[in-house]
Amino acid sequence: MSVATHDDAHAHDHHDHGPAKGFMRWVTTTNHKDIGTLYLITGLIMFFVGGAMALVIRAELFEPGLQYVDPHFFNQMTTLHALIMVFGAVMPAFAGLANWMIPMMIGAPDMALPRMNNWSFWLLPFSFVMLASTLFMDGGAAAAGWTLYPPLVLQTGNALPFTVFTVHMLGMSSIMAAINIIVTVFNMRAPGMTMMKLPLFVWTWVITAFLLIAVMPVFAGAVTMLLTDKFFGTSFFNAAGGGDPVLYQHLFWFFGHPEVYILILPSFGIISSIIPTFSRKPLFGYASMVYATSAIGFLSFIVWAHHQYTVGMPIAGELYFTYATMLIAVPTGVKVFNWLATMWKGAMTFETPMLFAIAFVVLFTMGGFTGLMMSISPADLQYHDTYFIVAHFHYVLVPGAVFALFAAAYYWLPKWTGHMYDERLGQLHFWLTTISVNICFFPQHFVGLAGMPRRIPDYAVQFAEFNAMSSVGAFVFGFSQLIFAYVIYKAIQGGEKATSEVWEGAEAHGLEWHLSSPPPYHSWTEAPPKEIISDLH
Amino acid sequence: MDNKELQKANARLVWRIVAIAVLMFGLGFAIAPYYDAVCSYFGISGRVNEASSEQTMQVDASREISVEFVSVVNGQMPLKFRAETSKLKVNPGQYYTVNYYAENTSDKKLVGRAVPSISPAWLSAFLKKAECFCFSEQEFEPHKERKMPVRFVIDPAVQADAKEMTLSYTFFDITEKSQTIKN
Ligand code: HEM
Ligand SMILES: [Cu+2]
Repeated sequence: MSVATHDDAHAHDHHDHGPAKGFMRWVTTTNHKDIGTLYLITGLIMFFVGGAMALVIRAELFEPGLQYVDPHFFNQMTTLHALIMVFGAVMPAFAGLANWMIPMMIGAPDMALPRMNNWSFWLLPFSFVMLASTLFMDGGAAAAGWTLYPPLVLQTGNALPFTVFTVHMLGMSSIMAAINIIVTVFNMRAPGMTMMKLPLFVWTWVITAFLLIAVMPVFAGAVTMLLTDKFFGTSFFNAAGGGDPVLYQHLFWFFGHPEVYILILPSFGIISSIIPTFSRKPLFGYASMVYATSAIGFLSFIVWAHHQYTVGMPIAGELYFTYATMLIAVPTGVKVFNWLATMWKGAMTFETPMLFAIAFVVLFTMGGFTGLMMSISPADLQYHDTYFIVAHFHYVLVPGAVFALFAAAYYWLPKWTGHMYDERLGQLHFWLTTISVNICFFPQHFVGLAGMPRRIPDYAVQFAEFNAMSSVGAFVFGFSQLIFAYVIYKAIQGGEKATSEVWEGAEAHGLEWHLSSPPPYHSWTEAPPKEIISDLH
Repeated sequence: MDNKELQKANARLVWRIVAIAVLMFGLGFAIAPYYDAVCSYFGISGRVNEASSEQTMQVDASREISVEFVSVVNGQMPLKFRAETSKLKVNPGQYYTVNYYAENTSDKKLVGRAVPSISPAWLSAFLKKAECFCFSEQEFEPHKERKMPVRFVIDPAVQADAKEMTLSYTFFDITEKSQTIKN
C-alpha cells in the first residue's frame, strides 16, 4: 500500500506528501487499484477480528463445562464470527481482487463506475463499526446464529435494528460492487477480448455478480420483515398473527444457498488462473469451465431447502431437493477433473500459490463430498445441526474460499507491490496452515456423527478429546496467519524486484502479466495489442 | 465506442441491473401471501383455518383412526390449557365434539389466539372442522376457566393407511397487540 502511494506520488506531482492529503487520497479515491487495496486490507483486518472470535469459541470448547464465557456471550460469538467472516473477510477480499484484477485482465483503464466504486467500499467500514458496536448494547449482539431465524432472533435486545441495518448496508455495498463488475466486463473489454477469451476469474466474478444482484435484495427484504414484525406489529413470521416462521427460512436460504456459491465461485476462478501457470499448460477444458460455472450459478437457485430437511416438508419436496442438490455435484466435478487434467503431465513447480491451489483442490473436494452426504435428506436427519455440518462448511470455506484467497494474494502480490514475497515464509505459512486446518476441522466430522450439536458452549465428556484437538488446531491456525500478514507487510516494504511477468511463462495466461510490476496507476490507458490477446490461452 | 456513448451504454446497463435488484426485493415480499397459498394448495400447511358447514357424510364404521389432542401454550402466557381427552378413536364420516379448557391464571384480562396444526401434514386436508375456537380471538377474564369445543369430522375419502393423526393447538398471547389495534 505504501509503495503504491510513493509510486503514485512520484508519477504525479500534483499529489503532496502531507499526511492529511495522504489520508484523503484513500477517502476520495476512485482508482480501481486503490479501492482494491482498501477492500483487501479491510478483508484482512476483518479476518483477524472474526478469527479472534473463533478463538473465543474454541477456547470455551477446549474442555467440557463452562470455563471462560457465559452461554449468551458464546452465542453472540458464533453469530458475529460467521457474519464477519462471510460479509467482512471473504466477500470484501474477493471484491478487492475483482477491483484490482478485472480492469488489468480485460485491458481496461479502470472500472466503469469509479465513483460508485468508492461509495460501495466506504459503506463497509461504517457497517462493521455498527455491527461491532452491537456487542456493547443492552442485551448484547444478535445471538441467534448468522441465519437470524425468528422467533429466536426477535428476542435480541437493542442490537436487532442495528444488525438489520448492517445487513442493509452490506447488501447495498455488494450490489453496487456487482453492478460495477458487470458493467465493466460487458462494456469495457479491449478490442479482441471476447467473452470466450475472458480469464476464468473474470467469468466467475460475472456470474457471482449476477447471484449477488438476485439474492442480496431477498435477504434485505427478509430482515426488513424481521424488523417490522418486531417493531411495527406485522406478522410475516409470527404464527399468532397468521404468519409462519418457516417462511423466513425459505427466504433466508433462497439467499443463503446462492450466497455460499458467491463465496466459492471467485475461488474457482482464482484456482483456474493459478494451476495453468504453475503447470505450464493451458487450462484444460476452458469452455466446459465456463458452462460448468454457469450451471452451478443456475442450480444454486433451486436447491435452497436442503437446509430445511428437518423442518418438515412433503415427501415430494424432500425428494426434489435431494436430487436437485446432488445434481450440483456434477458441474462441480467437471471443474475438479479439469484442474486435475490441467496438472496432468504439466511441468509443475510448487511455489506458495500453487501449494495453496493444490490444497484447495483436495480439501475443497472433501467438503464437497460431505455436502453430497448431507444432500440425501434421510441421512441429513442425522447430520443436521451437528458438528458434521460445521466440518462440511468449514472445509469448503476455509481450505476452500480462504485458501483460494491466500493463493491469490501470493500469486499477485509481486504484481501489486513490484517485489517478490519471501518464499520461505510463504511455504512455512502454507504448511502450518494446511496441517492445522485439518487438525481443527477433521475431528469435527467425528463428534458430529456421534451427535454433538452445533452452537453449544458445553458438551458431553465423550467428545472431549476431539474437541481439545480441534481447539489446538484452531489456535495454531490462528497464529499462523500472523506470518501471512508479515509476508504481505515485507513485500510492500521491499524485497527482490519482480519482473513484469513474475512467473515463468505467465504472459501467455493473462494480460495482467504484460503490465509492469507494480502496474501504472491507470491500467490500460491504451488498449493492449490484439496479437497479445489472441495469443492468450 | 467514444466516451459519451460508453457512458450512455453504462448508464443503461446500470438501470437494468438496478431494476432486477428492486424486482427481487419486491418478490421477497410478494412471496409472503403466495407462500400461504402454495402451502394450502398442496395441503401441506398443516392448518385448517376455515369452518366448513356440517354436511352428512357416509360413515365408514369399518375403519378407526386414532386422533390425539395436544395443547401448548406459547412463551410465558399465564394460561392453563388442556384438552378433555388426549386421544379419541374416530370413524371417518362421523362428527365428534371435543372440549378444550383454558384457565387464565393471572389477574389481568387475556386475549389469545390458538393456532392449529395437524400432523402428518398431508392428512390436514381431510380433517374438517364445523366449529373451532381457533377461528377467532379468544378472551379470558382473570382466574376464569372457559370451555371451548371443537367439532370435527374426518372425510371418508382419507387414504386407507391413515391410522393416526395429531391435532395440536398452540395459544399465543396477543393481549398487547389487540389493545394497540383497538386504541
Ligand atoms: C457439492 C456441493 C455441495 C453440496 C451438495 C452441499 C450440501 C449442503 C447441505 C445439504 C447442507 C445442509 C446441511 C444441514 O443443515 O443439515 C449444507 C450446509 C452448508 N453448506 Fe454446503 N454443499 C455444497 C457445497 C458448499 C459450498 C461450496 C459451500 C461454501 C463455499 C457450502 C457452504 C455451506 C454452509 C455455510 C452450510 C451451513 C449453513 C448453516 O446452516 O449455517 N457448501 N451444504
Ligand atoms: Cu446450501
